Amino acid sequence: MADHKKVVRIIEKIAEKIHENRQFLTDLDAAIGDGDHGINLDRGFQAVIEKLPGIQEKDIGFILKTVGMTLVSTVGGASGPLYGTAFMKAGAAVNGKVELEVSDLLTIIDEAVKGIKMRGKAKRGEKTMLDAIEPAYEALCKALEKGSTLKDALIQAENAAKEGVEYTKTIIATKGRASYLGERSIGHQDPGATSSMMIFTVLKESCED
Amino acid sequence: MVGIVIVSHSEKVAEGAKELALQMAKGAPIAAAGGMADGGIGTDVEKIANAIQSVQSEDGVVILVDLGSAIMSSEMAIEMTGGNVRIVDGPIVEGAIVGAVESVIGSDLDAVTNAIRGAKTANKLSG
Repeated sequence: MADHKKVVRIIEKIAEKIHENRQFLTDLDAAIGDGDHGINLDRGFQAVIEKLPGIQEKDIGFILKTVGMTLVSTVGGASGPLYGTAFMKAGAAVNGKVELEVSDLLTIIDEAVKGIKMRGKAKRGEKTMLDAIEPAYEALCKALEKGSTLKDALIQAENAAKEGVEYTKTIIATKGRASYLGERSIGHQDPGATSSMMIFTVLKESCED
Repeated sequence: MVGIVIVSHSEKVAEGAKELALQMAKGAPIAAAGGMADGGIGTDVEKIANAIQSVQSEDGVVILVDLGSAIMSSEMAIEMTGGNVRIVDGPIVEGAIVGAVESVIGSDLDAVTNAIRGAKTANKLSG
């Protein structure tokens, strides 16, 4: 499905997507948080881009762990430890592999979700990135079980992530800086859920078949 | 002596709290881990882990945090360094001062922890 070079290309595309949307993500965060989500994530993924040439011949576990380690020390905001833990947990689950099967992709996302829940002590419905990632993961699993192609399954995962982002507009934030706003956080989409949705968009776009 | 690490989004806040604490408790093992490597606002797991190691001993380490990612970043740093390291809920400036004073007189980890927690409810205005 994907070798280590493909994984590096996907990470580069995630960095590009975040870079293109840094202002949008920051504006979303300015409405309900501290207004740095886009700038922070962009800084982190640009640092990742600089590291990639030195690690692209390594195994996929090492590459993902390095991405995570880089994010936790360069993002600066809460998304650093959250995405950092997600990538590090994902990397640990595919240690030593140079080729990923579809089942490995599911393992990676499952470990990432567990990592984010553990680090953020959060669950679905709290207006966080989990509101996009978890439904996307479930949609992906469900589609694959029904025999969909990976491309179709990733399309359904992205749609579920988009619905998750829309859902965050309807709920009150109880985690992070946005929780200080209480009911005033209603009506705004969560920046973390939005950046998570963008990662699923990249996965979909990177899938050729 | 119990080590003290100050984690703030701002390098200046962390350095300033350290400066104040050292004025009260010369020689206390206290390290500032504020801001990012480039001086920007944020918290940096690697910087925090290095700060922990710089004041770490068998006596343990307490971490004072400001808010948000300071807590998650500190938790990750503790996972990296290992050892007897705990985040203590207290005010950064007052906590650093009372913690440093307790540490320098040779109090153990629990005593330093309690002093910092106590700083949270200390009444500044007697009137």
